[in-house]
Amino acid sequence: MEYFLTEEQKTIKSLARRIAEERILPVRAELDEKEEFPWAIIKDLADADMFRVFIPEEYEGLGGGCFELCLVVEELSRVCSAVAVSYAATALGCFTLTEYGTEAQKQKYLPDIASGRKLAAFALTEPTAGSDASAIRTTAEKVDGGYMLNGTKQFITNGGEAEIYTVIALTDKTKGARGASALLVEKDTPGFSFGKKEKKMGIRASATRELIFRDCLVPEENLIGKEGAGFILTMKLFDKSRPGIGAQAMGVAQGALEAAVDYTRQRIQFGQPLISLPVVQNILADMAIQVEAARALVYAAARTVDSGVKKFSEESAMAKVFASDIAMKVTTDAVQICGGAGYMRDYPLEKMMRDAKITQIYEGANEVLRNAIAIELRKRRARTE
Amino acid sequence: MGIQIDLDKCSGCGECVPACPFGLLEVVDDKVQLKEGCTLCGACQEACAFEAITIETVPEAEAADESYRGVWVFAEQRNGKLKGVAYELLSRGRELADTLKTELGAVCFGHDVAEINLLAAYGADKVYLVDSPELADNQEDSYTRQLVELIQQYKPEIVLAGATSLGRAFIPRVSAILGTGLTADCTGLDIDTENRLLRQTRPTFGGNIMATIICPTKRPQMSTVRPRVFKKNEPDTSRKGQVIKLDFARERITSRTKLLNFVEDLTETVKIEDADIIVSGGRGLGKPENFKLIEELAAVMGAAVGSSRPPVDEGWIPYSHQVGQTGKTVCPKLYVACGVSGSVQHMAGMQTSETIIAINNDPHAPIFEIATYGIVGDLFQVVPMLIEKLKEK
Amino acid sequence: MNIVVCLKQVPGTTEVKIDPQTNTLIRQGIENIINPFDTYALEEGVRLKEQHGGRVTAISMGPPQAEEALKEAISRGADEAILLSDPAFAGADTWATAYTLSRAINKLGQYDIIICGRQTLDGDTGQVGPELAEMLEIPFIAYVSKIEEIADRSMRVQRMVEEGYEVIESPLPAVITVVKAINVPRLPSLRGIMKSKSAVIPAWAVKEIDADPGRVGLAGSATKVIKVFFPQRVHRSEIFQGDLKSQTECLIGKLRDAGLV
Repeated sequence: MEYFLTEEQKTIKSLARRIAEERILPVRAELDEKEEFPWAIIKDLADADMFRVFIPEEYEGLGGGCFELCLVVEELSRVCSAVAVSYAATALGCFTLTEYGTEAQKQKYLPDIASGRKLAAFALTEPTAGSDASAIRTTAEKVDGGYMLNGTKQFITNGGEAEIYTVIALTDKTKGARGASALLVEKDTPGFSFGKKEKKMGIRASATRELIFRDCLVPEENLIGKEGAGFILTMKLFDKSRPGIGAQAMGVAQGALEAAVDYTRQRIQFGQPLISLPVVQNILADMAIQVEAARALVYAAARTVDSGVKKFSEESAMAKVFASDIAMKVTTDAVQICGGAGYMRDYPLEKMMRDAKITQIYEGANEVLRNAIAIELRKRRARTE
Repeated sequence: MGIQIDLDKCSGCGECVPACPFGLLEVVDDKVQLKEGCTLCGACQEACAFEAITIETVPEAEAADESYRGVWVFAEQRNGKLKGVAYELLSRGRELADTLKTELGAVCFGHDVAEINLLAAYGADKVYLVDSPELADNQEDSYTRQLVELIQQYKPEIVLAGATSLGRAFIPRVSAILGTGLTADCTGLDIDTENRLLRQTRPTFGGNIMATIICPTKRPQMSTVRPRVFKKNEPDTSRKGQVIKLDFARERITSRTKLLNFVEDLTETVKIEDADIIVSGGRGLGKPENFKLIEELAAVMGAAVGSSRPPVDEGWIPYSHQVGQTGKTVCPKLYVACGVSGSVQHMAGMQTSETIIAINNDPHAPIFEIATYGIVGDLFQVVPMLIEKLKEK
Repeated sequence: MNIVVCLKQVPGTTEVKIDPQTNTLIRQGIENIINPFDTYALEEGVRLKEQHGGRVTAISMGPPQAEEALKEAISRGADEAILLSDPAFAGADTWATAYTLSRAINKLGQYDIIICGRQTLDGDTGQVGPELAEMLEIPFIAYVSKIEEIADRSMRVQRMVEEGYEVIESPLPAVITVVKAINVPRLPSLRGIMKSKSAVIPAWAVKEIDADPGRVGLAGSATKVIKVFFPQRVHRSEIFQGDLKSQTECLIGKLRDAGLV
């Protein structure tokens, strides 16, 4: 389907595809097997200016928006979601800074991210706070010279590999949700250490770790925005980044669809290629429709995010929910119609199925997002009465 | 200029279209059209049954200098030891010289080169030897200028050299200075006796297309030939040749480049993707220790060692040796598969090898379907026999 | 440093197969690409520029569509590019090609190093680099696998030979050809692609490079192709018979005949 990309968007998409096919494809199975962080590919992406895509021009970026980010994530995810998420998480880890940081903060941190020299990460989730984000317990006590961080963050993507962390912590324990603030914390700050690397079902090359803060002093100038704005900033961040997760899901679904078509074209059973059988054709057709619908929705949401309108949480949530749900279905169907081969680790399909699952879970579990969408529906109808 | 298509003769049959290596021809409204980029290779002219395509040849401004006579072979040596390719070229050169009824000369530069008499044994009538310490290191500046001087002095009509890393580097420089033609990597050399020309055949496009080339007016006609393309004859040690010892022209010739050090390659760093010959072991080896057999056979053949997946999975050999869908794709001149069943995954990585040998005791092993030659038998009997026989020669 | 990289646009031969039935080429949409070995030359040039400052000029002799290859060179780090294009250049053998390049490089003015790939996918000769060096009357080193050190007037490199490698010192300017082992070429960058889209690549013909028309193209070629043909390839699977000893001997005989052992 034609989405009327500009020349620049086409260039970004095709270069991302080229990197994916030439550099990621040959090593994705090994990276998954060894659960190895893809530093060599991060360098390839950096050399190709891919990290500049989501950084404003004033900070050595190319000034692309949510849409351009989605194009890159989609192409990377089509080949390997783990690499895609390592890239996307850096965008996630610096958006708050980009939108709400001071000039000094942006000058200090963004150029290094643009050049790919440093990766970023976003840290909200804790052992006691997943979907119930307001249940976080990490504190950032105001002291002489800055904020003293104490607490533990859990399941942080790029944890341990990133150098720049946007951490959400309670600067005022008495104010509940209004008491959290966003702070920039650099790796190697005394009192900041990492827990073990998590062993995951999928996206295994991506690094997921605990962040441990024990009397970690963060300089005053590292506060992003105002004290107490933490959750608002987080909500706005996720609204902006959810289409990216949608792109990650849609990308892996695309990869699975192509692999399934390739396999069923050459696999002969009952004297003909599998793809000649109507039952297989029906499944493939549904898969293709679902992937395209996800793409259209993700692109529409991303364009809305970039358009300048003030509110886009619903569109953003819809794109993420739909794309991740179809990704799980498409990758599962792909394994199914490829039969035994689909189940074997020699073929890429089972990895895609394992990789797809997380997109339904993180950055807003789909159940929570559905609730939020329903509440909006109700509010809207209530207003028209 | 260059290429002419006579549309009256063109029948629109389209036979020329697939012949063009650059895809520049297409049939439009029953006549052929040519896109930009033609290199005048002549493949389409060859394919046209109606003689509708002509490559214009530029008439020769001059005739060849008939005073050039003799076939020369540059006999390469390293560290005083002559290389096998010298003997191979002398063997073929002898035949060319006989056809032309002329002399065969060997040219050798070096210092304290051993067994010079073998050059005559392989067919040289004369050996032009420049022995000097300055030439010990194969410095190409000196070699280039010294060979140019000798050619200008003795005027051979044909000069052959091995397409080795030395030959491919300095022989083009010689031809450039002399302003004559050089054809690299020839796989065929023969004489057009009518015109007293050397016909040089070589592969292009990775061997997909062969071209025959001549050097009609410039002299000498120069060719490089890869090692093992021609076979060396049995040397005839009773044959005597005249050794002409020449002084190195050190007053005139100095090397701008300097050799500081030579580092020998002690490890087997032939990357299997680059190897001409690969010997692979498979599950049929049974035990990790048995890879020694494969390594021994590989050593005797000057080959790299490969493996199918099962031995790698078992940890018998590192992953870098794995050939197949999840390993490396290779396309060597010779692939020897020992105890490899030939799964689809493995074959995907080696099926384009030029010659495939399969040794397996299962007559139904799929590898036999793509093998050029196969032996159905116990590899533990066959491989040792191969090693022994190859060591004999 | 002023770095010149010579490159050639070639058909992507991996797409070229022979149809065994008709013995003709099967082309699945032949794409033109930068000769792969030249991408290593370009990458090395760009790295030298990054380490020592200077400019990389990519130069290519070819038909007008070779401009695409030069644009790609810019997207991969070359600062500028020049196309040598003229119907008179067609049909050139390596000598005429080297002559044409040498005239153009002379026109460029000052240069410190000229880098070429070791050979092309279509011609495979590896001759243009060394011939170019002689025409420019500067030193030449082939099969460079590493540039150990490079300064204003001289360099020290590793040159691959069959038995290992030589460490060679050479004055500059010089011509080198490089092998795959020397680096891993980067992919184009977004900024590079944008730059290449707006780049103006001059096309020089015989006149602009002050070349002798009798020494370029077909006219300037000492060698002539008189025949082009497709090699006969027949696939036969031959399983030997008899006792293992004679089978082994038979096999060795076949291999010896084919010159493989």
